[in-house]
Amino acid sequence: MAILEVDGLKVYFHTRNGVVKAVDDVSFSVDSGETLAIVGESGSGKSVTCYSLLDLLPKPPAKIEGGTALFNGKDLLTCTADEMRHHRCNDIAVIFQDPMTSLNPFLTIGEQLIEPLIYHPDKSKIETRSRAKEKAVKLLDEVGIIDPHTRFNCYPHEFSGGMRQRVMIAMALITEPKLLICDEPTTALDVTIQAQILELIKKLQETRNVAVIFISHDLGVVAGIADKIIVMCEGTIRETGVTDAVFYHSTNDYTKKLLDAIPEGAKVLPSRVTSNEPLVEVSNLKTFFKNESGKNDDDRYIKAVNNVSLTIPRGEILGLVGESGSGKSTLGRSILQLAPTTQGSVKFEGKTLTGLSSSELFPWRRKMQMIFQDPYASLNPRMTVFETLSEPLLYHKLATKKTIASQIKQLMDDVGLSQGQLKKYPHEFSGGQRQRIAIGRAIATKPEFIIADEPVSALDVTIQAQILDLILDLVERHNLTMMFISHDLSVVRYICDRVVIMQHGVVVEEGDTEMLWANPQQLYTKDLLAAIPLADPISERSRIAEA
Amino acid sequence: MYRFALGRLAQAIPVLLMVITVTFFLIHSAPGGPFSADKAVPPEVIKALEEQYNLNQPIWQQYLSYLGDVIQGDFGPSFKYSGRNVNELIAAGLPITAELAFYAMLVALSVGIFAGVGAAMRPNTAQDYIPMTGAMIGICMPSFLLGPLLVLVFGIYLDWLPVSGWGDIPGDKILPSITLGTGYAAYIARLSRGGMLEVLSQDYIRTARAKGLREPIIIIKHALRGGLIPVVAFLGPAFAGLLSGSFVVETIFQIPGLGRFYVQAAFNRDYTLILGMTIFLSTLIILFNLLSDMLAIWLNPKLRQEIKGAN
Amino acid sequence: MNSIETDKGSSLWKDAWIKLSKNRLALLGLGLLVILIVTSLLTPFIAPYGYEAQNLDMGATAPSLQHWLGTDIFGRDMLTRIMYGGRVSLMVGFIATAVALVIGILWGATAGFFGGRLDAIMMRIVDVLYALPFMIFIILLMVVFGRNILLLFFAIGAVEWLTMARIVRSQVMALRNQEFVEAASSLGLSQWTIIRRHIIPNTLGPVIVYTTLTIPSVMLLEAFLSFLGLGIQPPQSSWGLLINYGVETMEEYPWLLIFPGLALSLTLFALNFLGDGLRDALDPRTSKD
Repeated sequence: MAILEVDGLKVYFHTRNGVVKAVDDVSFSVDSGETLAIVGESGSGKSVTCYSLLDLLPKPPAKIEGGTALFNGKDLLTCTADEMRHHRCNDIAVIFQDPMTSLNPFLTIGEQLIEPLIYHPDKSKIETRSRAKEKAVKLLDEVGIIDPHTRFNCYPHEFSGGMRQRVMIAMALITEPKLLICDEPTTALDVTIQAQILELIKKLQETRNVAVIFISHDLGVVAGIADKIIVMCEGTIRETGVTDAVFYHSTNDYTKKLLDAIPEGAKVLPSRVTSNEPLVEVSNLKTFFKNESGKNDDDRYIKAVNNVSLTIPRGEILGLVGESGSGKSTLGRSILQLAPTTQGSVKFEGKTLTGLSSSELFPWRRKMQMIFQDPYASLNPRMTVFETLSEPLLYHKLATKKTIASQIKQLMDDVGLSQGQLKKYPHEFSGGQRQRIAIGRAIATKPEFIIADEPVSALDVTIQAQILDLILDLVERHNLTMMFISHDLSVVRYICDRVVIMQHGVVVEEGDTEMLWANPQQLYTKDLLAAIPLADPISERSRIAEA
Repeated sequence: MYRFALGRLAQAIPVLLMVITVTFFLIHSAPGGPFSADKAVPPEVIKALEEQYNLNQPIWQQYLSYLGDVIQGDFGPSFKYSGRNVNELIAAGLPITAELAFYAMLVALSVGIFAGVGAAMRPNTAQDYIPMTGAMIGICMPSFLLGPLLVLVFGIYLDWLPVSGWGDIPGDKILPSITLGTGYAAYIARLSRGGMLEVLSQDYIRTARAKGLREPIIIIKHALRGGLIPVVAFLGPAFAGLLSGSFVVETIFQIPGLGRFYVQAAFNRDYTLILGMTIFLSTLIILFNLLSDMLAIWLNPKLRQEIKGAN
Repeated sequence: MNSIETDKGSSLWKDAWIKLSKNRLALLGLGLLVILIVTSLLTPFIAPYGYEAQNLDMGATAPSLQHWLGTDIFGRDMLTRIMYGGRVSLMVGFIATAVALVIGILWGATAGFFGGRLDAIMMRIVDVLYALPFMIFIILLMVVFGRNILLLFFAIGAVEWLTMARIVRSQVMALRNQEFVEAASSLGLSQWTIIRRHIIPNTLGPVIVYTTLTIPSVMLLEAFLSFLGLGIQPPQSSWGLLINYGVETMEEYPWLLIFPGLALSLTLFALNFLGDGLRDALDPRTSKD
């Protein structure tokens, strides 16, 4: 029997610029013990749907305009504040996306864990502190926190991201809810941690027989754990169905577009490396940062890049893979001489760049460019597109006043933007369009080498696919050599000829992409590859079962 | 924490030394001697006086001996109040000014935090607009204007409250405390509103709501600590402001506190008194800044542990 | 916004202006401020009476058609006195703020952009100066060197620059690590070009806001000192000084206190409302929706 039945839910946002229909006529139901996944890109209304069930939306601007949400027959949308508190404490719990900001930094995690019990709205269910602590410690143990008695008294900042998410899970389960809402619980985490958290959620759900609503933008993540899937886009439901049907037999255009956008399988284009002539040579490179709070000699420096050597032949797309804190971004910046190197050398076309002054570097700057991760931060908000794109051309004297207009129009064509938008400012564009502008700036000087630092990780999956295709197309047309930095192995496999895996500032393994996938040598590489969620429910389920 | 506090205290010493040095030489570089305002004093009297106050010695010698005295807590005699020394005058004025500042701070914190937190709980409603308009008026109505107006209305027209003195007639402490506290109440209201709005928009407040906690517990337990850190950090500067504000308030209400002494000393060119009081007040202010800084750090568990770890 | 022909694009400045123009209180503040500045500039031409014109027969008369705001005990027209006093008060406000602005921006930008050891030393100095009791020092200066108006500008400016330095530094620090600044470095732009094209335009917002809010606090400081008799000296006049005189006779002639007080409060209102409005309008967090 359905524990939650949502019917015709409408949530509108009343903003200064008019009404936004964030959720428009959404209906679904969840049975106890079942996992329902709600999948959609940003702005699809998937989170708003779930937050409206627990009255967690800021009102105004949000307003529930219609519909019902029956939890065991009682409507959540029209209940009083007291009844809602009762539901929050007894029935429905939420795990939020970002474990870094969702825990109160001023209170110990123990205090935050026991709160629902010691302040329970039902007098009969109020627990004493010591009883509550007992329960909390047991639960911390169950979610995999080592030494829970001591950790009970620690503050959130003393935990890593994955551990904080475990604490969040324990906090959600402490009141023994009947429905658990997980709002992108693994999006902020590294891929190996993500796999662990997904397994944990699955296991806890089975032992407790709770219903789960799992919100995600990533079809791969939900493939292994969902029973039913809802695909949402722009506030409406595009498709509802059991998992296998959605993945294997979908007839819906939008679902198919989402599935197609997931990079899968080997590289589509052959490698363009023709000779072994190295364009970039990095030898024994070290980039250390001073660590002010370091206590002993070992922590005095953060060894972001520690003795890395690699060569990139002309025409290659090299993937640089690592989890957060692996030093991959610092390595990229060190190669471009944007971060001060401590030791070792970087050669470009045989010329040593390390140790050159900024004026000596200037002619080389034209030949190597960078594409950044965050399209919202990588463009100067006070410059028009025209100004942004003309800057590289003018400073490197690649254009004159006469030719610049036509050169910039050419650039806009190259990156797929309309020329009518030249006078606009960055905030007037979407994330994907901004990334196109940033790519335009990077190729403006006709460079030979480009470092792309997570260029698609801030983008929605359909936009991501478009940008990846644009990058591949430009690499072909302009005969570029590229270093592609990413944490996402599927993306790397899709576009890179060769891969370097980094961990804690050192290179763990490197090799041709397909060889590495087929036959990884190092344990870390194996773990990384095993943790990639695939958009294939059957293989995902068997993997979770194995774990 | 202990060692951190001592370390910070040690850092204050060179600052204090600088204050003493700068003040001393500023005063001694003043054009015209301390007795020049008095009319037609015979030269031999001036000479005698100069001898009495060590003014005939070379300046560096005066400086060193003064420094020695100050370190021992002796600010020397007053130029103008004959027969009294600076220590006595400070001892006489300090309890009064301290009491005034305490009441003013009480007014500022209670009214300010109450109004600010209340406003932040219901932003863009009457509960926000009314206290915030009040706060704006408080900020634009400086104590030297508010004080006289309060005297005019409550002291003279309505004749409800006494308009001068301190502890002589019942109720004579009310108007000065309100006059001095209002501006800071207004500022604290704005600070705590801003701090609370910032905190209330954080994800962890949403988490607390999702857990089914009651709104008062969310505000008191989860939001206040973070939301009031700006207020705590402001306490040091506020204290300095209260001291200088006491110059005006004590003048308006004829209260025999440190502030009034200071202003009178400034007019009388009572150099030893100014020098002594400047050093004394600076020390107080520096110490209070230190205290409020450390309190703000201590309230943040992450910073607290970093300090512990560094020891 | 998907037009085909060249869109004019709407800069952040334009967006901010649109938002500011919807804020009625801020507009009111701006209007008042413009009136004040124009009046101050034109005072010698539009003041109803001469600055020193006494009329002892008309000593301390209440507001009337002849003297809109009454006269003081020497029979001088209050409106004229307030207009001349406002010139001084506003001048102190603007000049001392300008002093604070120049020192604060240079100091903060240098510390923020170069960072590292230099930054640590420069900001430590600011921290130390912050802990000093400046009000007391200004009084000391005024006592020792006489009540010199130039010294007053300098002394007040020297106090107010500290906060400006902190604001500019934190802005520059944040910008320095932004990807668009890195992109500019990777193009090989010189540091000066990066500062000029990428850093300064993006720090202007907070600087404008803080400047607007510094002017009233400077004016307050001046009025405070003048009230104590330690600031502006006769024959010059300022609102603080007029309030001081007003207090002496407030029981008999309350308008001598109320009108200069009103002038000061209204001006502070205008500047604070405008500052708050600018802060909302220029805040990048509110500019996205």
